[in-house]
Amino acid sequence: MNAVFEIVLNPLFAFSVLRVSTPILFAALGALISDKAGVINIALEGIMLISALAGVIFSAISGSAFFGLFMALFFGGLVAFGLGYVSLKLKTDVILAGIAINLIASGGTVFVLFLLTGDKGISSSLASKLLPKIDIPILKSIPILGPILSGHNILTYFAFISVFLVWFLLYRTPLGLRIRAVGENEHAVDSVGISVVKTRFIALIISGVMAGFGGAYMTMGYISWFSRDMTAGRGFIALAAESMGGATPLGSMLSSLLFGFFDALSNSLQLLKIPYEFVSMLPYVATVVGLVIYTTQKTKRMHRMRIKAESKKEVL
Amino acid sequence: MTSDAVLSMEDITKVYPNGIVANKGVNFSVRTGEIHGLVGENGAGKTTLMQILFGLNQADVGKIFFNGKEIKIDSPHAAIAQGIGMVHQHFMLVPSLTVSENLVLGLEPRRGFIFDKSRGIHITQELSKKYNLKVEPDMLVRDLPVGLKQKVEILKALYRGAKILILDEPTAVLTPQEMVELFNELRQLRDEGNTIIFISHKLAEVKALCNRVTVMRAGKSQGVFNVEDVTEEDISRIMVGRDVILRVEKDVAQPKESVLKVNRLTVVNSFNKRVVDDISFSLRRGEILGVAGVEGNGQRELVEAITGFGSYGLGSILIDGEDIKQLSIKEIRDLGCSHIPEDRMSYGCAPTLSVRMNLLSYKHNRREFNRRFFLMHMSTIRDVSTELVKEYQILCTSTEQEVRCMSGGNIQKVIVAREFSDNPKLIVANQPTRGIDVGATEFIRKRLVELRDRGAAVLLVSADLNEVMELSDSFLVMYGGKINAFIEDVSNFNEEKLGQYMLGLKSQDVDEIGRALHD
Repeated sequence: MNAVFEIVLNPLFAFSVLRVSTPILFAALGALISDKAGVINIALEGIMLISALAGVIFSAISGSAFFGLFMALFFGGLVAFGLGYVSLKLKTDVILAGIAINLIASGGTVFVLFLLTGDKGISSSLASKLLPKIDIPILKSIPILGPILSGHNILTYFAFISVFLVWFLLYRTPLGLRIRAVGENEHAVDSVGISVVKTRFIALIISGVMAGFGGAYMTMGYISWFSRDMTAGRGFIALAAESMGGATPLGSMLSSLLFGFFDALSNSLQLLKIPYEFVSMLPYVATVVGLVIYTTQKTKRMHRMRIKAESKKEVL
Repeated sequence: MTSDAVLSMEDITKVYPNGIVANKGVNFSVRTGEIHGLVGENGAGKTTLMQILFGLNQADVGKIFFNGKEIKIDSPHAAIAQGIGMVHQHFMLVPSLTVSENLVLGLEPRRGFIFDKSRGIHITQELSKKYNLKVEPDMLVRDLPVGLKQKVEILKALYRGAKILILDEPTAVLTPQEMVELFNELRQLRDEGNTIIFISHKLAEVKALCNRVTVMRAGKSQGVFNVEDVTEEDISRIMVGRDVILRVEKDVAQPKESVLKVNRLTVVNSFNKRVVDDISFSLRRGEILGVAGVEGNGQRELVEAITGFGSYGLGSILIDGEDIKQLSIKEIRDLGCSHIPEDRMSYGCAPTLSVRMNLLSYKHNRREFNRRFFLMHMSTIRDVSTELVKEYQILCTSTEQEVRCMSGGNIQKVIVAREFSDNPKLIVANQPTRGIDVGATEFIRKRLVELRDRGAAVLLVSADLNEVMELSDSFLVMYGGKINAFIEDVSNFNEEKLGQYMLGLKSQDVDEIGRALHD
C-alpha cells in the first residue's frame, strides 16, 4: 500500500495524469458539442483512430508535425461529415452508423498501415514527427508545480484551453445558442427558420475535429507511433466522461481527469508486479463504483426529503 | 374572393400519402385587421390547411395569394418572410433557454462573433412594451406557466415581422383568467392592424372573439360567416352537418354502494411538494363524480395514484374494499378499474400499432384471445375488434390501420372502446374529450352516462367546466392539492361561485367537504 501512495504522491504521477487525460478530454469535448446538438457521436473512437493514423502518415510524408496535425483534424472533420451525411441526410440510425465507422476504422487503419509499411501492427517504420513539448518559463522552476504543469505536449495545453473555448462557443455565440436549442427542441429551431440539419452538421464536424485533436495527440505526443486499436476505448470513455460531467465543459474536464487519474494509476501500478489485466480494469471499475455511490446517495437524500414533506402537517 | 382580402388560399387540395383527403378545394381568405375563426371537427382539415399556409406542408393543388400576388410557401422560413407567423398548440420553445434567447433565436443580435445578450434582452423589453405582452426577458422558459409561454410565442412571431398570426387552439391550455388576458391582447393586436387566424373547437370563444368565421367539415370549407349573424348552434350545425345536442340527457343517478374509497390521501411529487394534500372522498356505483379545478391542482396526481401510475405516501385508496397501495397497474385493472388517460398518445394508445392491436392491448393475456402454445387467436381478435369499431363508430380504413394516422377524436374512440367494453366497475376518465370534435365528444359523454346507468362508478376529471357540470351527479373542486368544495347536487349551482372555489378565493368548511365521504 505504501508503494501505491509513493507513486500517487510523486509529482511525476500528477504529470502523467494530465498527459493521459488529454485525449480523453479532447474526445469528451467532442462528445459534448454533438450531444448538445442532440446527436450522440458514438463514432469518436473510430474518428480518433483514423486521425491518429492520418497524423503519423502525413507528418512522415511532409516531414512536418503541424501538417500531420492539420491532416488529422481534416480527417476527423471528414469522417464526422460522413457520419452526418448518412445519419442526417440519409436518415440512417446514428448509433448504427457510428458503430459502422468504429468497425471500419479498426480494420481500415490496419489495412492502410499494411499498404504503406507492410506491417500490420505498428507504424515504427514511418519517420513520423512529434508535436513540440513546451517548457513554461518561471513556472518550470517552481518546485512540485513546475514538474507537474510544465513540459507538456502543446496539445495538452490546448486541450485545457479548449475547455474554455468550447464553453465560449456554446454559451456566448449565436451558433452555440442554436446548437443548444436544436438539441433540446428541434421543432422550436425549425419553426424559426433555422435548418436543423445544418446546425447538427456543424456540431458534428466540430465534434469530429475535437476527436481529431485527440487522435493526433495519441500518435504525435502521447507516443510516437501508431499501433492497431491504440485508442483502446478512449472514445467511449469520453462519452462516459461527458455524461458523468453533467454535459458541461467544466464537468467533462473534471471527469476526464478522474478517468485520467485511474488510467495513470494503472500505468504506474504495473511497475509493482500487479497483474496487468487487473490494473487495466481499474478505471472502469472506478467509474461503476463512483456512479453507484453517487446515485444511491442521491436517491436516499430524495427519499428522506420526501418523507419529511409528507409528514410535515401530520402533527397538527 | 373578396377584393379586400389580404391573404387568400384558393382551391387548396391535399391528399396524404396514406390516401386521406385532408383538404378538398378549400377557399379561405382573411382581411387586414380581423380576427378570423377557423372551426371544424377533428379531421376536418383545419390543421392541414394552416400547415400549408405556414409552409409545414405543401398543397397538391391550389394557390396562395398575398396582397393580390401569388406566392409560394414551401417552408416556415418562406412563410415568416411573407409576414406569416404561427403559434403552435405545442409550444416551439427551448425550455432551458431564457425568454429573450428564445425570442431572438435564429435572428440573434451579434457583437462580432459574440451573441449580444443584453441587446436580446433590450429587444424583448421593447417588444413586450410595444405590444403590451408582459414577459420577463431573464426568466428561463421552463419556469414559466403556459400562459406566459404562449405570450413568448406570440412575441416570437411578432419579432419576425408577422402581420398575420395563426393561433392553433390557443385556449386549450389556459386558465379562464389567462384566457381573458389573451383575448384582450389579441383584440389589441387586431386594432393595430394585424390579422389573426384563430383555430378553435370552442364555439363560445369564437363567438366572443372573432369577427368572421370559416367553418370546415370533412376537408371542405362550409362557408364564411360574420360572427354577429350566426349563433353557436348555427355554427355547430354547419360543423357537423346535424344538430348536436350539447346537453347530455340523463336521469337522476341511483347511487348504490361505494366502489372507490380515498382516505386521507397525500401525494408528494419529486420536488417535495404536497401535490395531493390529505383528501378523502368516496365514489358509489351508479354515479358520476366530477373533479373540477384549474389544471395543476393535484388532479393528475390523484388519477395517477388511483390507477397505479404513481405512488403515494400517506393515506389509503380502496377499490371494492381492497387496498391498492401495493398493487400493480395490471392488478388494479383486474379489480375492474378502467382508465382513460389524459395523455392520449403516450399512455392511451400505441400510435404505430393497428386499431386492432390497440383494442386488444392489455387484454392480450386473456384466454379468449389465445390458443394453446403461446399463439394468439387472430380470428377472434379480428372479429371482436371489427365489432367494437362498428359499435363505437370508429372511422378507419380497416382494423389494421395504424392508429397514429387517425384523427384525435377517432383515436380517443379506440381508447374508449377498449376501456368501456371491459365491463368496468370503476372508470377513471381523465380529460376524456379534450381536443376532440363535437361528434366524438357527444358520443363519449353518452357512453359514460350509459355505463353509469348500468351500475359503473365514474370518476370524471376534466378541465372543461361545462363537461363536469353536464355529466356529473356531484363533484369535487380541487385547489392546491386539497378538496376545496364538494357540490352534491349539480343541478342547482351557479358558475360564479364555482369559479371562486376553483381559484381558491372561497372554500367550504370541513363538514361540507366531509360529505364527499359517504359512509
